[in-house]
Order: sequence, then C-alpha cells, then structure tokens
Amino acid sequence: MIRAHLRNMVLGGVIGLIAPLVATAQDAPDVRPKRVVSINLCTDQLAMMLADPGQLVSVSVLAREPESSAMADEALGWPINHARAEEIFLLKPDLVVAGAFSSQATVQMLRKLGLPVEVFEPALSLEDVSAAMTRMGAALHQDARAADQVAGFEARLAALREQVVNRPRAAIYYANGYSVGDQSLSGHILATAGFDNIAREAGIPVAGNIPLEVLALLDPDVIITGQRYPAASRSEEILDHPVVRHLQDARLRGTIADRDWICGTPHVLRAVEGLIGLRHDYEAVARGAGE
Amino acid sequence: MRRLALILIALVVVLFVAALLLGPADTDPWQSLVALITREESLLGLVMYEIRLPRALLAVMIGASLGLSGAAMQGYLRNPLADPGLIGVSASAALGAVLAIQTGLAAAFALGLPLSALAGALVGVLLVLALAGPRGSSLTLILAGIVVSSLAAALTSLVLNLSPNPFAANEIVFWMMGSLADRSMVHVGLALPFMVMGWLLLGGVGRGLDALTLGEDAAEAMGINLMVLRLMVVIGTAAVVGASTAVAGVIGFVGLVVPHILRPFVGARPSALLWSSALGGAAMLLAADITVRLVLPSKDLKLGVLTAIIGAPLFLHLIHKVRKMSV
Repeated sequence: MIRAHLRNMVLGGVIGLIAPLVATAQDAPDVRPKRVVSINLCTDQLAMMLADPGQLVSVSVLAREPESSAMADEALGWPINHARAEEIFLLKPDLVVAGAFSSQATVQMLRKLGLPVEVFEPALSLEDVSAAMTRMGAALHQDARAADQVAGFEARLAALREQVVNRPRAAIYYANGYSVGDQSLSGHILATAGFDNIAREAGIPVAGNIPLEVLALLDPDVIITGQRYPAASRSEEILDHPVVRHLQDARLRGTIADRDWICGTPHVLRAVEGLIGLRHDYEAVARGAGE
Repeated sequence: MRRLALILIALVVVLFVAALLLGPADTDPWQSLVALITREESLLGLVMYEIRLPRALLAVMIGASLGLSGAAMQGYLRNPLADPGLIGVSASAALGAVLAIQTGLAAAFALGLPLSALAGALVGVLLVLALAGPRGSSLTLILAGIVVSSLAAALTSLVLNLSPNPFAANEIVFWMMGSLADRSMVHVGLALPFMVMGWLLLGGVGRGLDALTLGEDAAEAMGINLMVLRLMVVIGTAAVVGASTAVAGVIGFVGLVVPHILRPFVGARPSALLWSSALGGAAMLLAADITVRLVLPSKDLKLGVLTAIIGAPLFLHLIHKVRKMSV
C-alpha cells in the first residue's frame, strides 16, 4: 500500500518534471488554463458559455438543478462537484472559479493548497452581467468569445427596451416576505421592463422583508412571485396567505422563475422578456377597464 | 381572588386591543377598529381581519394554552419546574409538525398538521413520564426532559436538513424559537378545536389537583380517580401544546414563568392557578408578540427569544429555591 503510494509519488514527480518541458516545446505563449473547475452556480453558467470543449473540468451540483440553473440541461455534459476543497483538489485544476458566496473556508483552503482561485462578485445590475462575462473571458483566456457574447447580449437588451409612460407599480414577493429593491439585479431587470418597484416605497434599497400588512397597504398593481420549490416549507406558506391571494386575484400576478434572474448571465433576458409581457398584459387590462 | 381575575382579564383585553392597533404599517387606530368591526371591504379591513386579528387571537389562544398546561403539569407532578417547553413536550410536537409538513401529510388533509403535532406531543409527555416516573424528583424530571427535547430537536433539524426545499433548513430557528408572523384565520381554525378540547380537559382537573396536594392516598380517599386525572393531564397537555406548536413553533418558558409569578396570589391552590395562569399566559404572549413587532418589525424576531430572556433567569431562581428546599 505504502509502496504503491510512494511509486505514484515518484512517477508523478518524474512526469511533473517532464510535462512542463513538453508543453513549452509545443506551444510556448499559451498560458490558457486547461483544467478549470467552477464551484458556484453563477460561475458555472458563465464558464459553460465561454470555455473551450474540455477546458472546463467540473461544475457545481447546483448547475444541474432545474429550479435554480438556467442551463440545467447543458450542465449534464460536465461532471459535478459539491464545492468541497478535497474533491476540488483531487481534480487537479489549474484555475478554480468561485462566487463571493462560496464558503470562505473552502476558498482559503484551496488557496493554501496553491490553487489559483478567482472569486466573482454577484451581479447587482445589468452592466454587471457584461462585466462578469468579460472577466470570465479574461480568466479563461477566451476574450474574443466573451466580447462576442457581450455584444450579442447588449444588442438584444437594447432591442427589448421600450419607452414606458405609465409605469405600473410592481412588488417582487418571495418566501418569508422577502423582496428586492432597485439596487439589485432583479430590481434593475424590473426597471428595464418598465415597472416601478414598490420596495422603494417600503424603504428597501437592496433587499429585505416587506411585512405582509405593509405590502397590502402599499397596494401594488402587479405582484411577482418566484416558482415553488419541491417539498413544502413554512417559508413559502406566506404566498398562500389569504391577503396575498386576495391581492393576486384583484390584480395582475406574474411568476419569474429564480433561474432566470438569480445569476448575472445573458439568460436574464428571459426575465426581461417575461416581465415586458406581463406589463403588456397589465396595459391591456387597464385599457379595457378605461374603455 | 376576584380582584386578581379582574386585573388579569383587563390586562389581556388592553394588550389584545394594543396588538390589533400596533404593527409595522402605520394605521390610524380609530379607522382600523372601525374597519375591523364593520369588516370593511378595503385594504385596511383586509389587514385588520386577515393579518392582525388572527395574530392577536393566536397569541391569546397559545399563551393561555401554555400557561394552563404549565400550571396543570406542575400541579399534577407537584413540581414547580414542570413546563411543556422545558420537559420536551413542545419539541416533540414540533417534530410531529415538521414530519407532517415534509411528508406532505399537512398538504393532503387539513387536520394532518395539528394531529401529527398532537401525536408528537403525546409521545413526548409519555416518554418524559416514563423516564421520570410519576413521582420523580425534580432532577430526574429535568434530565428526562433534556433527553426528550434534545432528541426531538435533533430529529427536527435532521428532517429539515434532508428536505429538498431550500428554505426548510432555515426554518430550524422557527421550530425552536416560535413566531406568529404571517399566520392567518386558517391557522386559528386548525388550532382551535384541539385547544378547546385540551382546555376542557385541563380545566376539569382543578379539584383533583387540589386534592393531590394532600398526597395521593388522601386524594383517592376523597374520591379522586388518579388514573383518570393522569389521563386528563396527559391528553389535555398534548392537545394544547400540539396545536400551539403546530402553528407557532416552540415557545418556551411561558408555562414556567406565569404559574411561578401567579402562585403567591392564589395561595398556591392548583385549581385557582389553572385559570389565572391561562389568563397570565395570554397576557405574556400578547406582550411578547407586541414587543417583537415593535422592536424589529422587518426581522421577524422569534418569540422564544423574548420568553427565554425573561424565563431563563426565573428558571435559575427556581432551581436555586428547589435546591434549598431539598437540602
């Protein structure tokens, strides 16, 4: 057992010495990372969009969950990891991409083990989406591909923007009465789609809870909720509260799946489109009532 | 005695009205009351009838239940440390409730949630009584309670951690500390039948508990059937604690603190302690719920945090007293 281990170490050492020589001989200037591991839902998606075939070695387990990942089907093409330092290290990556919400202990451990870790901050606006793609492009040495996709994203976004005169007042309402304000990605998407966010009236700039009675008295035109997750939770019960039901029946309701705006990727355009459709419905109803 | 009753009733009424009038949304008190009484078809009417009224009602119902069951258990075990939260009955009820929610039983039929919590509470009471024995000392009672409540709490956490729902694991805090946030008339309707049953059972044990203060032989000589008394206390406690926990999570210390404060005023008579603790419990929980809404309206501060801050020092004081008595 020990002998086998020793032999592996020796062989590994020898190959380790030879390998750089071979590499330098063949393609000297290319320092493009060849074994990239992503351990965060959002970096998973950016990396899957930008990496060369074979360049990305593994994505996190969340990337395959259809509720939270916009690329759940694509993710089936990559092996998954659970963002644990041990398994990441054994994948022998030459670059790890992580999110700011990844476990700090894991990131520290990986750095201590000598692995380069790029940490991506969560996107708080649509501009951040372009910035994140550019940065992932730079990290993977896929700058040209990233620039292409950024241009495509920005063109599609520009085409979606409309002049809106009467902006309906919308409330984003999640489990536990959680809501997001203007200074968040969802808030930016809501504003781009032509809504005013009721969170501002409730005094919530980034994110926070709107008590049910405050929501009711603010009387939003539209209530936007997330999709339900499997199995039950007390947190989601608030969406069945008679008051929320009453508001939804009396007003327009919409659902934007978490996967469409949880991460700052070009997939947020789906959320923008969905919300613009919702606003058109609202305008049609309002026009019908006015006539 | 009548004066105590009047004071407690007045306190509950004042706090109940305050609970209706105070909330995170600034509403005009007079308009709010009018909207509630006339069941106005406005948003304010909706807020009053569907948000604040059920919350205030639940605070009264659950507070009364916890106070009453605490007084009944203390009378039956003749031990001032018996409290459904402390001896693990509430924690077992929470396990029952969580199992009902996670297995889909609660969604499949409406009474699944309170029934399952009641079953959990029943198992908890019986376990503690079996472990501590009917005349166990304070020490064995508390130790048995620790065993039952830590096991139930661990299993509750396990079930919530295993749930595929991303919110479930965060709800461990709710089940351990309790909250009345965002409850509706549906929950009042779910809890009330079980609570009424429990109140009737526990309300009927007063004479038996009074007799029991003279010792078991004397009580039996006075015509008290100890078997029936025991069954009434066990089932009554399971019913009220099960229903309370199913809708509001575990709220500790109410059943300990309230009887302790009121005992001197009723001359330590268990029968009088029953109704006064019910009123006192209602007042305490109303006050706690008003406080959590005023202190941190958007954070949903848990009720159990407040009741523990008040209750834990009192508990310490009680242990000290019990120890001095036994030395």
